[in-house]
Amino acid sequence: MARYDRAITVFSPDGHLFQVEYALEAVRKGNAAVGVRGTDTVVLGVEKKSTPKLQDSRSVRKIAKLDDHIALACAGLKADARVLINRARVECQSHRLTVEDPVTVEYITRYIAGLQQKYTQSGGVRPFGLSTLIVGFDPHTEKPALYQTDPSGTFSAWKANATGRNSNSMREFLEKNYKETSGKETIKLAIRALLEVVESGGKNIEIAVMTQKDGLRELEEAEIDEYVAEIEAEKAAAEAAKKGAAKET
Amino acid sequence: EQLINLLDTFTRVQAQRPKRPTGRTATSSNARKKGEEIESGDAATPLPPHSIHRFRNAGDAMMKLDMSALETQFGAPAGEDGGLLFDVDGAAMPAMEFPNCPDFDRFQAKTKDMVKNKRGTTTLAFIFDKGVIVAADSRASMGGYISSQTVRKIIEINPYMLGTMAGGAADCQFWHRNLGTKCRLHELANKRRISVTGASKLLANILYSYRGMGLSIGTMIAGWDEKGPGLYYVDSEGARLKGNRFSVGSGSLYAYSVLDEGYRFKMSVEEAGELARRAIYHATFRDGASGGCVSVYHVGPDGWKKLSGDDVGELHYQYYPVQKTPVEQEMTDASTS
Repeated sequence: MARYDRAITVFSPDGHLFQVEYALEAVRKGNAAVGVRGTDTVVLGVEKKSTPKLQDSRSVRKIAKLDDHIALACAGLKADARVLINRARVECQSHRLTVEDPVTVEYITRYIAGLQQKYTQSGGVRPFGLSTLIVGFDPHTEKPALYQTDPSGTFSAWKANATGRNSNSMREFLEKNYKETSGKETIKLAIRALLEVVESGGKNIEIAVMTQKDGLRELEEAEIDEYVAEIEAEKAAAEAAKKGAAKET
Repeated sequence: EQLINLLDTFTRVQAQRPKRPTGRTATSSNARKKGEEIESGDAATPLPPHSIHRFRNAGDAMMKLDMSALETQFGAPAGEDGGLLFDVDGAAMPAMEFPNCPDFDRFQAKTKDMVKNKRGTTTLAFIFDKGVIVAADSRASMGGYISSQTVRKIIEINPYMLGTMAGGAADCQFWHRNLGTKCRLHELANKRRISVTGASKLLANILYSYRGMGLSIGTMIAGWDEKGPGLYYVDSEGARLKGNRFSVGSGSLYAYSVLDEGYRFKMSVEEAGELARRAIYHATFRDGASGGCVSVYHVGPDGWKKLSGDDVGELHYQYYPVQKTPVEQEMTDASTS
């Protein structure tokens, strides 16, 4: 049986794995994605590039459900995403079968990260070109969780994070404006972060909300437009207040 | 000696055989081998979507134990990342060839019968309101010969889970130790203890994958986890049953009668222990393959604790002390007249 024994991802003289770094470049070119963790809600938001008129937009869902209580969004090569998502879905069910318990968010993140790492250290394969944001509720403690993985196979937990295009500006915004939120406030925070880098409007944003009771729910365009309108109104009010204060002084 | 001849036949036949085309049966029998990760069948024989083989060993991906000691001589072992070519999780091993003999089905059955141990023992376990009581005798017999009266049939998997031994002693001991390892790895990886459900499922899946290969294990996994007390019966045929009262072994019939008669859900720990002790004692009284001493353990929220270990001979005289029978005629010295 022929086997590939030559690895594609090898060290450079100064200790870099260039293939992994190039994969991160691919991520940086992917759609913006943001995830925010609240006290009882977790929200995933993804930038939606304008769909061609003839394309059926329902077939281009960017936020995937891994199990009833876990969802994933990613930035980077969407074809790689499909493979990774399928393997994660199988692993979720396999875990349910072998220990009769749903996976914890940490377990499935560890699995996905492990998979991404395996592909940086095997013969004949290239790394996955995507970073994922994984959200869910722990089935035992019922606490919400948000994790991020990247092509090198590292993962960590976050209160809020962004990946993909212009993720740095989104992350800066989140760092400045993050507070513990719940319910609608969490959704608004996620949308505000996305609006920093994306044209405003329900057409360009895809949002999914997960709660312990109701699982994953994708927001309709109309709902997103409502939130956007609220946010714009709040922004305008804040501007006016600032101007008013400035005028007084 | 028969066994050695058997193995001889196997190795000789294997050396001669031509390569068998991988058919559906071959893939399934390979899928039973522990440690193989088969995500989907080969391109030629895709497994049906509902096939259990598709999922069974995917859960071991993160905790791959070194099972090289268990690998049989059938087929070459797959290389470390050998399957990475197309299927990241390893390719299927070559088919196991059938020996060249006139009646294969009878041959298999005869081999199985020969290696199968009769389960000469009595073990029992039951759940009550304060936890789980686990009790067992301590006799090991080989046919009519009692090889030991001091076998520890209650195996401590970890500080909060116990397993009982019935069937092949070596099989039970090894697989319980192995289960203990897996439980510990699960704890380390997931930062929480494994549930009794999960542990029994892990063992049952392993035993199912060795089904038909001569393992003889009839065990009960008892423990206390977040959901409270848990008791599962797992055996080498692949059965896994959840229940409140179980007894396993040749003396189980006798133990069941005493246990079922005296059982109540609300009991003190001492009462429950005494019930278990009496049930095992009665089984050892009537069943020749059970005897030695009765060990009784209690599993509570803080883990297991051994309650008692009593020799059944002494127990007999405790339960049925010797009655002084009145003498019918006394012999007196002949009077010297």
